[in-house]
Amino acid sequence: MPFLDFANPSRFLAFARRALPWLSGASLIAFALAIYLATAVPFALYEQSQTILIMFIHVPAAWLGMMGWALMSVSALGTLVWRHPLADVAAKATAPVGAAFTFICFTTGWLWGRASWAGGGNLPLEYMILDARLSSVLMLLIFYLVVIALVRAIDEPSRAARVAAIFTLVGVLILPIIKFSVDWQQGKYTLHQRESLIRADGPQLDMPILITLLVAALAFTLLFFTLHLAAMRNEILRRRVRSMRLMQARELAEASA
Amino acid sequence: MRLSGENLTCVRGGREVFAGLSFSLAGGEALLVTGRNGAGKSSLLRLMAGLVRLAEGKLTLDGGAAEASIAEQSHYLGHQDALKPALTVAENLAFWADYLGGGDVAPALDAVDLAALADLPAAYLSAGQRRRLSIARLVAVKRPIWLLDEPTSALDAASQSRLAALMRAHLAGGGIIIAATHGPIGLEGARELQMGPA
Amino acid sequence: MNALLALIKRDMRLAVRVGGGTGIGLLFFLIIVVLTTFAIGPDPKLLARIGPAILWLGALLASLLTLDRLLTSDAEDGSLDLIMMADMPLEIAVAAKASAHWLTTGLPLVIATPFLGLLLNVNPSATLAVAFALLVGTPAFTFIGLIGAALTVSLRRGGLLLSVLVLPLAVPVLIFGMAASGTAIGEANFGTAFTILCALALMSLVVGPFAAAAALRAGLD
Repeated sequence: MPFLDFANPSRFLAFARRALPWLSGASLIAFALAIYLATAVPFALYEQSQTILIMFIHVPAAWLGMMGWALMSVSALGTLVWRHPLADVAAKATAPVGAAFTFICFTTGWLWGRASWAGGGNLPLEYMILDARLSSVLMLLIFYLVVIALVRAIDEPSRAARVAAIFTLVGVLILPIIKFSVDWQQGKYTLHQRESLIRADGPQLDMPILITLLVAALAFTLLFFTLHLAAMRNEILRRRVRSMRLMQARELAEASA
Repeated sequence: MRLSGENLTCVRGGREVFAGLSFSLAGGEALLVTGRNGAGKSSLLRLMAGLVRLAEGKLTLDGGAAEASIAEQSHYLGHQDALKPALTVAENLAFWADYLGGGDVAPALDAVDLAALADLPAAYLSAGQRRRLSIARLVAVKRPIWLLDEPTSALDAASQSRLAALMRAHLAGGGIIIAATHGPIGLEGARELQMGPA
Repeated sequence: MNALLALIKRDMRLAVRVGGGTGIGLLFFLIIVVLTTFAIGPDPKLLARIGPAILWLGALLASLLTLDRLLTSDAEDGSLDLIMMADMPLEIAVAAKASAHWLTTGLPLVIATPFLGLLLNVNPSATLAVAFALLVGTPAFTFIGLIGAALTVSLRRGGLLLSVLVLPLAVPVLIFGMAASGTAIGEANFGTAFTILCALALMSLVVGPFAAAAALRAGLD
């Protein structure tokens, strides 16, 4: 398994040093392409011609927010079951990035909803509330923040990692249940449009929109992994500093014995 | 300066810990308080620090600062370190130096041989190093009375002799030391108060 | 003065480094607001109407949650002993600690209020009234909570008892705070309610430290 090759932190650091420039470069190119496509191609076909641009941020952010938790769950299994040495570093690095994308998904979703509501909706603006989809995303954001708080609260890294791993796995079970219960409770108030991408009869979006969306998704995904890799590298370095400090204190304690 | 206690009685948790205890110490004198665990050594020190109420008797200090209480003119080195793990060694000491009325951090750290670890978070220190940092507090802020509860616990031989030197210097300057201890701590010529059942 | 600033600086530094203050207080505030939204259900008019109440209760509970550690952490490591022995009066010392606590926990809650008001669909001018009233109310919560913290300092699991002690004392602040917040929706007179709220806060700034210091001394053996 390729993961085993990177079980050694030093080898991982070497890999990160080589890979990061390429990853950041690729993200920049992808973003440039996505921005070009989004601004150059006329989307007059769609009624909400201005607000559709939010979709190119909102949808990838949604995917990446959920992917982040899935990644953390795999890392959690890596920590608890397979005992991979870098699994907990991977989990700790994913959390803030996943949380950021979830936050972006939530805010853009909220703004987009408000804009559409005001534009073409039947009800006045003050009836805009958190609909079912937004509420589920908000709960995912809260779960992320809770995991981050949990890791911060425990000093010792491996203990913190095990505790966070258990919470992550419980979260994977609970999140679909939350989604179900919120959908069930707020049935009347779904502002979110129905699925247009992954449907049984193939994608329902027009070609230009679909392509731009996929390019944007690629760009954001590359950004995700760039940040993730950098965060893992930082965490490894942080742990090294911690070990060095412990050693320094211990050396001086023995010297006077 | 003279610190004297007359007929001191201490009651903690409904139990009478000791009664009828009297002593008198002049500046430059030290008192070693010995006795088995539970005899009341720590309670006596805490009573003098003002942290335990005096049930009966009187504690007086002649010749000290007029307006200040005995506690305000004492250093108390208890079982706990009063150190925050998240702050560095220097930050911990600087806080107490500032809070307790002013003193120099660097010479105090040198006196206990912790200068090399000044920027290390206190969480990384061993028990002996934490004890030394607490002792540094006594060196940094000048106060006439030292109340020490088993000061040599967790200290190795070198640190113990360093502490003994600091205590002798304090006595030479006219200070008073009352130390609860199980064994000798390097103060020859100190008076002894043995506590225990009558 | 130097000693006072040293204490405030130390407490703020610890709050930032150790955590369990700002971050978790805000997270708890967010969770309470979201949970009440779910509990009440999709009723936008009702949510907008009781939004200020949810914000006030959330801020009160989030403040309480973090007060537990205010004095117990110092009691546990022996710092409280030394603080009580110092020549800085204990009343001022606990007031300094409470101020540091408010700056790191209460003030962020106030800043978060307008954003959470958006979630609750509260009218923007009403949200600002709530935030402004909370700016005066949260110090009152902290200083009243200080009394509870001092009373429960030596208890192992004093958290719930602390809440039970503090909540009734905080009721007047809550009532006048809500009255001052309800203005934009056209209820009580903002000036009167707000003035009384300020008076209550000022009272707590004085009574809190004195009562807390007395409680700490009474708690000695």
